[in-house]
Amino acid sequence: MAYSEKLIEHFKKPKNVGTLDKDAQNVGTGLVGAPECGDVMRLQIEVDDDSKIIKDAKFKTFGCGSAIASSSLATEWLKGKTIDEALAIDNMAIVEELALPPVKIHCSVLAEDAIKSAISDYKSKNSIEETA
Amino acid sequence: MNSDNLIYLDNNSTTPTDPRVVEAMLPYFTQHYGNAASRNHPFGWAAESGVDKAREQIASLINVDPREVIFTSGATEGDNLAIKGVFEMYKRKGNHIITLKTEHKAVLDSCKKIEKQGGQVTYLDVNADGLVDLNKLEAAMTDKTILVSIMWANNETGVIQPMKAIGDLCAKKGILFMSDATQAVGKIPVDPKATGVHLMAFTGHKMYGPKGVGALFVNRKNPRVKVTSQMDGGGHERGMRSGTLNVPAIVGFGKAAELAEHEMEDEAKRLSGMRDRLEKALMSNMEECYINGNTDNRMPHVTNISFKHVEGEGLMMTFNQNIGVSSGSACTSASLEPSYVLIALGLGDDLAHSSIRFSLGRFNTEEEIDKTIKQVTEGVNHMRDLSPIWEMYKDGVDLDAVEWSEH
Repeated sequence: MAYSEKLIEHFKKPKNVGTLDKDAQNVGTGLVGAPECGDVMRLQIEVDDDSKIIKDAKFKTFGCGSAIASSSLATEWLKGKTIDEALAIDNMAIVEELALPPVKIHCSVLAEDAIKSAISDYKSKNSIEETA
Repeated sequence: MNSDNLIYLDNNSTTPTDPRVVEAMLPYFTQHYGNAASRNHPFGWAAESGVDKAREQIASLINVDPREVIFTSGATEGDNLAIKGVFEMYKRKGNHIITLKTEHKAVLDSCKKIEKQGGQVTYLDVNADGLVDLNKLEAAMTDKTILVSIMWANNETGVIQPMKAIGDLCAKKGILFMSDATQAVGKIPVDPKATGVHLMAFTGHKMYGPKGVGALFVNRKNPRVKVTSQMDGGGHERGMRSGTLNVPAIVGFGKAAELAEHEMEDEAKRLSGMRDRLEKALMSNMEECYINGNTDNRMPHVTNISFKHVEGEGLMMTFNQNIGVSSGSACTSASLEPSYVLIALGLGDDLAHSSIRFSLGRFNTEEEIDKTIKQVTEGVNHMRDLSPIWEMYKDGVDLDAVEWSEH
């Protein structure tokens, strides 16, 4: 199948690949998926304590091109958003931006799950009640 | 398509048609266009003589009588005709069929259909190297067993089964032996009669012939094997397969068989040399790579390698603008299930998702192998740099102890 140029760009030159200190108080880590399913995403956010703005985001993903592009795009979108704004990111926005084919929609769902999981980790570390 | 920059290493999927085959076919489109079944005029005679020659070329390749070659549309039809045809023809003798879990879908799904019609099918496990366990095979045989269907060489791993030993076992028990030899014919010596194989399906397009044509070998004497036709009509092909013969394709298939007979030995040597070089280079360039399947009994042109902690489809995307291969990761399929063949070898889903099959062919060059080694190494390294499980593995995390969130 033919992939969109944006997807290929994110796959070939992924943004924000890397690792943040998962033990830091202001870092939230989301690890979703399973090797057996062929997809594992780890997405991390570093949050400014006062403004609750996401200063940095990093990812590493085991998976197909669509999974890698979805996580790369997610980290791009996260930076500069408040955690509440980040929670509003919907998987269908990723589908549209990357023009994911129907069989790859689960990749965007996984990215949304990774965002939510990272934020949830940050909140529990900092004793912030879950609103959702 | 600018084939100068493209490297085709997916010859187990299909092979390019040899230009010499195309040349042999061309007159049968515009000059000798008759129906091979038209017995009463020169147009039909010309077509029939083309078919006769092809039948002889194919029979010669596999050392059988030309009358034992039944033309089909391909190996899928051959598998269907053999399995369903035997089941219907030998119903009174029994209803039990034995096959392997690693067979092609054309065999497995034909068996599934038979189960719905009252047949009993045993799907045998294979050993970790992909080979059949002969003791298990013998133990599975009953007085109701009418057919054993075991492929000559596996499409995903290239593993070659101990055909003679299976044939001997079937002969001892008086059971018909059918083989899907799609991946073996034209690549390695295949002699069904000497091996005790009574029915054998194969196809043109895996041996540099055209697509849409195949053959089923059906043993004529000792025992005389009959199959119930699955396609009803004009009674072509000794009543076993009706339908106007695809004369140009059959002529091409014949030519491909002739070429294979003459060139197989040298070609196998050349390809196994390149395959071994590719395999050794990848295995020494990178850690945590595993060859899938038995490497002592294996087709000369195939290697199937799992690159641990890298997902196969993603890996393919790093070089698939230039190199065509296959992956055991089926991330695109609706089921998301990885290769059932590799799972049957006992691979975990993670290793099955990490597998790539390289299948070389007649037109590959040493230079292409060099490029492939370079690009695949870069691709695996790129994907491992991106892989959280590779990082965890490197940090000494026990991946089996991690609580993954299955989705």
